[in-house]
Amino acid sequence: MNAPSPSPHAADPYLRIEGVAKSFGQFVALKSVALDVRRGEMVVFLGPSGCGKTTLLRIVAGLETQDAGTLTQNGRDVSRVPAIKRDYGIVFQSYALFPNLTVHDNVAYGLVNRRQRRAAIADRVRELLTLVGLPDAGPKYPGQLSGGQQQRIALARALATSPGLLLLDEPLSALDAIERVRLRGEIRALQQRLGLTTIMVTHDQEEALSMADRIVVMNAGRIEQVGTPREVYESPATPFVADFVGKINVLPAVTEGGRRCRVGALSMPVAGDDLPAGAAVKLYLRPEDVGVHVNGSAPQGAWPARVSRIEFLGAFCHVVLALDATDAPPVVANVPRQAVDSARLSPGLAVSVSFPAAALRVLS
Amino acid sequence: MSTAAIALPRVRVTQRAHWQDRLAQVLLLGCCLALALFLIGPLAAILVKSVQDKDGAFVGLLQFREYFATPALQRSIWNTLWVSATVTAITVPLAFVYAYALTRSCMPGKTVFRVLALTPILAPSLLSAISFIQWFGTQGLLKALLGGASIYGPIGIIMSAVYATFPHALMIVLTALLLSDGRLYEAAESLRTPTWRKFVTITLPGAKYGLVSAAMVVFSYTVSDFGIPKVIGGNFNILAVDIFKQVIGQQNFNKGAVVSLILLVPVLIAFLVDWRMQGRLHAQFTARAVPYAPKPSRWFDRTMLVYCTVVAILLLLVLGMAVYTSFIKLWPYDKSFSLRHYQYGLIDAGVIDSFFNSLRMAVFSAVFGTMFIFATAYLLEKTRGMPLTKGAVRLLATVPMAVPGMVLGLGYILFFNHPDNPLNDLYRTMTILVLSTIVHYYTSSHLTAVTALKALDSEFEAVSASLKVPFYKTFFRVTVPVCLPAILDIGRYLFVNAMVTISAVVFLYSPSTQLAAVAILNMDEAGEIGAAAAMATLIVASSTVVCIVYAFVTRFLLTRTQQWRTTAGA
Repeated sequence: MNAPSPSPHAADPYLRIEGVAKSFGQFVALKSVALDVRRGEMVVFLGPSGCGKTTLLRIVAGLETQDAGTLTQNGRDVSRVPAIKRDYGIVFQSYALFPNLTVHDNVAYGLVNRRQRRAAIADRVRELLTLVGLPDAGPKYPGQLSGGQQQRIALARALATSPGLLLLDEPLSALDAIERVRLRGEIRALQQRLGLTTIMVTHDQEEALSMADRIVVMNAGRIEQVGTPREVYESPATPFVADFVGKINVLPAVTEGGRRCRVGALSMPVAGDDLPAGAAVKLYLRPEDVGVHVNGSAPQGAWPARVSRIEFLGAFCHVVLALDATDAPPVVANVPRQAVDSARLSPGLAVSVSFPAAALRVLS
Repeated sequence: MSTAAIALPRVRVTQRAHWQDRLAQVLLLGCCLALALFLIGPLAAILVKSVQDKDGAFVGLLQFREYFATPALQRSIWNTLWVSATVTAITVPLAFVYAYALTRSCMPGKTVFRVLALTPILAPSLLSAISFIQWFGTQGLLKALLGGASIYGPIGIIMSAVYATFPHALMIVLTALLLSDGRLYEAAESLRTPTWRKFVTITLPGAKYGLVSAAMVVFSYTVSDFGIPKVIGGNFNILAVDIFKQVIGQQNFNKGAVVSLILLVPVLIAFLVDWRMQGRLHAQFTARAVPYAPKPSRWFDRTMLVYCTVVAILLLLVLGMAVYTSFIKLWPYDKSFSLRHYQYGLIDAGVIDSFFNSLRMAVFSAVFGTMFIFATAYLLEKTRGMPLTKGAVRLLATVPMAVPGMVLGLGYILFFNHPDNPLNDLYRTMTILVLSTIVHYYTSSHLTAVTALKALDSEFEAVSASLKVPFYKTFFRVTVPVCLPAILDIGRYLFVNAMVTISAVVFLYSPSTQLAAVAILNMDEAGEIGAAAAMATLIVASSTVVCIVYAFVTRFLLTRTQQWRTTAGA
């Protein structure tokens, strides 16, 4: 391209975002965001609509300009570089395939501009179409393909110029459920095979958990947490992350000093550091971590409760439980279908519930 | 997180402009300035002239006071308003029932009825006036039907204007009825709602905005039109003719400017109402709406068929009479077939040149107008930055619809004929005729272009940038081919209107650039009604040819080069 690219240190992040802020009129889309993206990793921006994730992606692409902050890509300061001079490929939710051009011409669109020989372009296009699993689609028009196929073509087009960074803006949101699951596996496999640094934006937590090396959870223009899918799921840093990623029970509690909290009349051990006594906190517990026991099989420290409702969800059931000795909100437990049957769980049944200390997270 | 420590710098980060961005910005600025020059310049010239006396001294509102002190001129205001209101009251219901039949009945021949109803658009408004004179004039076949009243005057103006405005009203009401959601009717049916109640509670409210919008368009068309009252108005004064008389008859440009501004008021009001209604009409329409599919009903379908047949026959009788007149020797004395009006009246008299002038003018307007309008709309919708310029362009593109042709034409004389204007060489050239026509019909064309561009994926430009392809390459390789149907539509619209336009250009032609519609006016004045009818027939014929060619080209494009469109929706 233009300037000779500096040889960056391998340990340096591929992309460094520092103090990036953006407002649209009165609306603050991003409030001073900082993030490092490592070479070859797949980072997913996850958050509800309006959290600023798409704005951040578009700033990385140069399609929006940040009000403040800097971007360093591959050792080069790109903060003020226009989109056309940056190094990235992008895939949009709407595919944005050129409808009047064949699949071949769409994929070749960026190559033709580089004055390559026609035969070289044709080879490259064939290679890319094979890569995305549609080797014979070349002569077709986008309108003749299904949504999932179109998105594969859009991916091939974005990869054609061998960009250093791949940006995916909700690439799966327009697809139906089955196609979505299939394509997310394919994209992830492709990304790992090419070792391509990738940023994806999504509001779908399942997509984020299944595809990401690291998830960036965003809310109201801020980054709430950055971590691996397991970290984000098992150790949410904030109440927002706990709520947004996966289903979770929230119990209002009071600290008792040390590592114990009290929910109503029930005192229980919790995970984490020692806490000062007497503070109002909330306990967070995943439904699959709630133990449900019948017929006196309860371990020590289990609490009496009653089944109030059972919601059938296929492989699992949500068993809604009312704790006897407290007016805390009902607790939802995730119980496999077979276990529901063998324990003969039904509304009104008296049971015992246990909360494993390691799974009880305290957030204030 | 630990991000709060970074203080916001006072200066906003700005992207370094790429030369391609610069190019787009310069082009957009150029378009904006051109629009300002050829629209705002002339309008400002009128404003200035209206507060000056003949010697150019500032006299404030003196001209206006003089105007309102003249009873004859005051009467023009009243005449203009009541005639236009009457035309509106007749045209809109006629068009509504016609549109209702086309959308809600299962009568046969809908396509034919639709095409027939749109034929008046192809003819200059003068044609209907000539035709009504033939039917109801002194020698008219149906003169007795008027019971002693004269066709020269309000009756003739109203009849001719109803004919000329019918297709305009029909298209708007048709759109409104087509946008209605079929599910509402299904829901009503499941609740066993009687037919009349469905009409009152679903159809009418759904078409409400369309009806108001159609009324405003008909009203301002009639207020602004100059050809009809000039030919058939007799001594009945209305504002548009007053401007003509002041400017051409008395060379009183100041008084002309005053009347122009007065004419602008009702049109501007109608325009503002229409603008709000159009917005609501489209807001009402959701992407999920299911089109209404009418069910056969014998009695209803037959009634509608009879109605549409009667209306279509009436429309054809108007057009037919003009064509017939052009092919016979002398109405009503010698009805034998003859080409004398074409041979002697047009060719030998040298008037045929004005027809070729019109053709040239129409082709230039269509080609250059379409290029400019589409390019401007593209820069407006698909490039980044320049919010102020874009706001200005949006406003400038909207204004022409609110400016009657007479006002625009007068503005062009005042602005371009001014000795200090470096562009005054333009005056009385073909160029100025083309420019005024493009500006006059700018708004509708602009909206067509914007609608087509908005339907494109908004990320094409972003994808091109990510692939390092310059925006203009994507413009020519993707945007233009995909929008080609809309581009051709704009070209056809400009061509057809350029062929029939008279109000703006009547002030701007020279003997060597006289246009066909103006020639009709002059021949009518000289009593050569056969030759005038022949010229009108030529205009209709050439516009018809263009429309047929357009239909074929569009169909060809849709089936061949735009294969992707027919196979879309997998």
